[in-house]
Amino acid sequence: MSDELAFAGVVELARRVRAKEVSAREVADAFLSRIDAHDGALGTYLVVDHDGARAQADAVDAAIAGGADPGPLAGVAMAVKDVIVTEGLVTTAASKILAGWVPPYDATAVARLRAAGAVILGKLNCDEFAMGSSNERSAWKPCRNPWDRDRVPGGSSGGSAAAVAAGLAAASLGTDTGGSIRQPAAFCGVVGFKPTYGRVSRWGAIAFASSLDQIGPLARSVGDAARVLEVIAGLDPRDSTSIDQPAPALEAALAAGVAGLKVGLPREYFEGSIDAEVAAAVHAAGAALVAAGAELCEVSLPHTRYALPAYYVIAPAEAASNLARYDGVRFGHRATARELGDMYATTRAEGFGPEVKRRIMIGTYALRAGYYDAYYKKAQQVRALIKRDFDQAFELVDVILAPTTPTPAFAIGEKATPLDMYQTDVFTLACNLAGIPGLAVPVGAATSGLPIGAQLLGRPLDEATVVRAGAVIEAAFGTKRPPAGGAA
Amino acid sequence: MVLTREEVAEIAQLARLALGDAELEVLRTELAAILDHVAALQEVETTGVEPMTHAVPTMLRLRPDTVAASLPVEVALADAPAAKDGCFEVPAIIKAAT
Amino acid sequence: MTDLATVLEIWEPVIGLEVHIQLATESKAFSASATGFGAPPNSLTDPTVLGLPGALPSFNVRALELALRLGVATGSKIRARCRFARKHYFYPDLPKGYQISQYDEPLCEDGAVEVMVAGGASGPLERRKVRLQRIHLEEDAGKNTHHGTSSLVDLNRAGVPLCEVVTLPDLHSAADAAEYMRALHRLVRYLGVSEGDMEKGQLRCDANVSVRRRGEDRLGTRTELKNINSFRFVQKAIEHEIGRQVRILEDGGAVERETRLWDASAGVSQPMRSKEEIADYRYFPDPDLPPLTVDGATMRKVITTMPELPAPKLERFVREYGLTFDDAATLTAERELADFLDAAVRAAGNGALARPMASFMLNELLRVLDGRPIGQSPVTPVALAELVGLVASDVISGKIAKDVFTSMWETGDAARVIVERDGLRQISDEATLRSMCEQIIADNPKQVELYRAGKESLLGFFVGLVMKASDGKANPGLTTELMKKLLAGS
Ligand SMILES: [Mg+2]
Ligand SMILES: [Zn+2]
Repeated sequence: MSDELAFAGVVELARRVRAKEVSAREVADAFLSRIDAHDGALGTYLVVDHDGARAQADAVDAAIAGGADPGPLAGVAMAVKDVIVTEGLVTTAASKILAGWVPPYDATAVARLRAAGAVILGKLNCDEFAMGSSNERSAWKPCRNPWDRDRVPGGSSGGSAAAVAAGLAAASLGTDTGGSIRQPAAFCGVVGFKPTYGRVSRWGAIAFASSLDQIGPLARSVGDAARVLEVIAGLDPRDSTSIDQPAPALEAALAAGVAGLKVGLPREYFEGSIDAEVAAAVHAAGAALVAAGAELCEVSLPHTRYALPAYYVIAPAEAASNLARYDGVRFGHRATARELGDMYATTRAEGFGPEVKRRIMIGTYALRAGYYDAYYKKAQQVRALIKRDFDQAFELVDVILAPTTPTPAFAIGEKATPLDMYQTDVFTLACNLAGIPGLAVPVGAATSGLPIGAQLLGRPLDEATVVRAGAVIEAAFGTKRPPAGGAA
Repeated sequence: MVLTREEVAEIAQLARLALGDAELEVLRTELAAILDHVAALQEVETTGVEPMTHAVPTMLRLRPDTVAASLPVEVALADAPAAKDGCFEVPAIIKAAT
Repeated sequence: MTDLATVLEIWEPVIGLEVHIQLATESKAFSASATGFGAPPNSLTDPTVLGLPGALPSFNVRALELALRLGVATGSKIRARCRFARKHYFYPDLPKGYQISQYDEPLCEDGAVEVMVAGGASGPLERRKVRLQRIHLEEDAGKNTHHGTSSLVDLNRAGVPLCEVVTLPDLHSAADAAEYMRALHRLVRYLGVSEGDMEKGQLRCDANVSVRRRGEDRLGTRTELKNINSFRFVQKAIEHEIGRQVRILEDGGAVERETRLWDASAGVSQPMRSKEEIADYRYFPDPDLPPLTVDGATMRKVITTMPELPAPKLERFVREYGLTFDDAATLTAERELADFLDAAVRAAGNGALARPMASFMLNELLRVLDGRPIGQSPVTPVALAELVGLVASDVISGKIAKDVFTSMWETGDAARVIVERDGLRQISDEATLRSMCEQIIADNPKQVELYRAGKESLLGFFVGLVMKASDGKANPGLTTELMKKLLAGS
């Protein structure tokens, strides 16, 4: 019974809870007992909120008993990446500098989940401050890939992807700054959806790079992800970059098909170092779209190779600024020091991990007086050219199909240098720089058994077309569970 | 690209990161490698290109001048490493800055 | 070292001021927590003010409108599109480690503040323009207080909206700088842009000061003086700094470019930060805040709700109301005062009464107000107009009017009610006055004799007795005339 619920998915769980086939409390208990049994080996959760989850589930059941509409996520047991703040529930961004921090407020996305009847099970592991591509940069503990525990789940939303893959949450929220939802989704064989920049409020998303960060869902199916995104999307006055557009009607797009849709394959994504099996799987996804009536053609995104260097100026610069608030004065870790200057420098040296320090250093370097034009401004200009590439491609095609990652999940400890690690995001960064929506969907497995993901990139605000294509690919490849549900 | 130790130390000071000698040395080579990689940006002709600061063109939305409840003082100070008399407490700000 | 005047024959001070003005909003610049003074420490905060992880800014429309009002009033160029930038430094009262400010795209540029000066003893008014480099929007920091081994941080003030008004180095004396401050203070209070209460830190001034030999084009090395937060300190601190720099230069030394903090109690300035500490603010456009656009509708709203500015008002008071420069200056120093006079003139429906009403305000009203705001006066503009109207139409004498005013102040009753109730109406009836005068003449034969023998200065004595006998109600003009006639005639 409990395993069956764990893999039933968001839409199905909400249906059953609303139809009183199962109580929200039973759903919550099923997930909580699976987490208690299996998460020790996987490390997807940083905090499990047993009491809070049961109380939320009971409230949903009470609402249903009282005849109230329990919302589109009634009793759906979800979990949230630790960079998204939750009122009353410890939130650390997987960093020592925020050890024990209990936020006095909810992120807008979390508040919307709760209002829609979702039950929050706890906080998910990730790379510290979302800086990483493997979840190896968590200050607290490693997170493992449910398909092969010697491999990384991807990052930075590694816990968010692994928990959904292993049936430890029906769906989760992650954040995607340079691929942090889509890359781990691909590594763990689940769906990951990075919406258009501004679609989902960043209020309560602990900032990494403000102009790139977006919250989005990870789920077992395109339909599940669509349901969650519809709930969390929409204008929020507290985020000045949130877009004043109604939430997109995504569930309606699921069955719309792709007949007549033009799909572009970006040439540059297949030229460099890409694993042959990954390339073949993406082409197979293209064939599935063609079989469903889409038209396939090659497009060019000529500035693709500058996405990585542009990203590694913009993201660290914004991060260095965003992380200035961690000073040991108002919250979080403080080093013992008699003098204020020492207090700052030692607090930050003790509290931040090596990857975070590295990015703060790069970002500080790039923003120094006299360096701004050559670095940050230049990168923002190149970014404009990357966006222009997409604009031009979208004059020819409706959606772009590309690999999510160059390879399937790599081994823990495999990426030796920072640049080796940064290269693993080479296909996902441009989407963030351009601000467009990106959906990662599973497209089968490599001979090793590891999942492979493809991503669909759409026009700004056109999540619906991306969902149409995603649903068709999903129908062709299906959704798979890791061996023994990741519990082996 | 060559970064000097002094330069790295200066950046660390600006960023308020107390770094040991070994850490400084590692960062010196790592930063240099990343900056070398990033130097590829200089190949791109960007004359006249407006820097992109927001992914979707948006104008600033303005908030009406209305007041919402403040956090209670005890909530504001709840996670403070040190607090006194309703204030956040820090080591004395050095005399020269007062 | 000789006195300052002698020094200034050789040296020319060059001064620019940066004034931070708290905008009169209910809520903070980037979030909805209240602004306020004197609240318990850290009781006016929210996640944005505290810089909590995940919190974001959203900008207050009122702060924009108030800053635009100042922009329009100073004839500034207003950017259709400007931008917020982050200015980074670490300090306990700066929660995010950066201040949201404006850098290369400020809201306003190239404006000017008009400073009015009297041209000599009774000469014409002179308007002098102090050119502004920019007016930009930013948020305030909190407040640190120092207690031995630790400092305490109160963030109530953090996030309060400010505009920073930066002049060009257009000022050449400490007195001019103080006069500019007064003009700016008056302007923002007039406009309702700020309450401008300097004791509450709502107007704060930093000065950039350098000196050069007269006739030289090149600017000398400047120092920045911080914490000069009263008109008096502005003048004193700048005078002190001019003297300090001149002394250094005359001794063959060089002025160091540094920031100095004015210590008002000691009357000296001290260097603020050590020289090796580099200030590198790492400005960049705030990615949390898209560009701020000022559209036509916003500008229309600002312009149509713009009050008359102090300088034109002062000029109008001199021209239309016939006031002296000094009186007009006093009555336009506070918008509420000027509005009171305008309202009284409107109520009187007679511009000729403006002058007597103004002198009533200056001589009576301001005296009894004794520093309290005019809004607290129980005597309204309409009531003052009625009172002065009674004098003009000879119903009461000017002397009686002062007593009536006192009674109005105490009882809140209208002038006419008091005059009737207390029987204060002036006696202008000739028969009544004649019999009063004849009685006085009859009672004082000795003085009459002296008068008739040529001691005409006794006229006042007789009139005074009539006034006394009539409890001050006798019409003094008529009484004097009659008395003269009667003394001469019989
Ligand atoms: Mg300044
Ligand atoms: Zn300022």
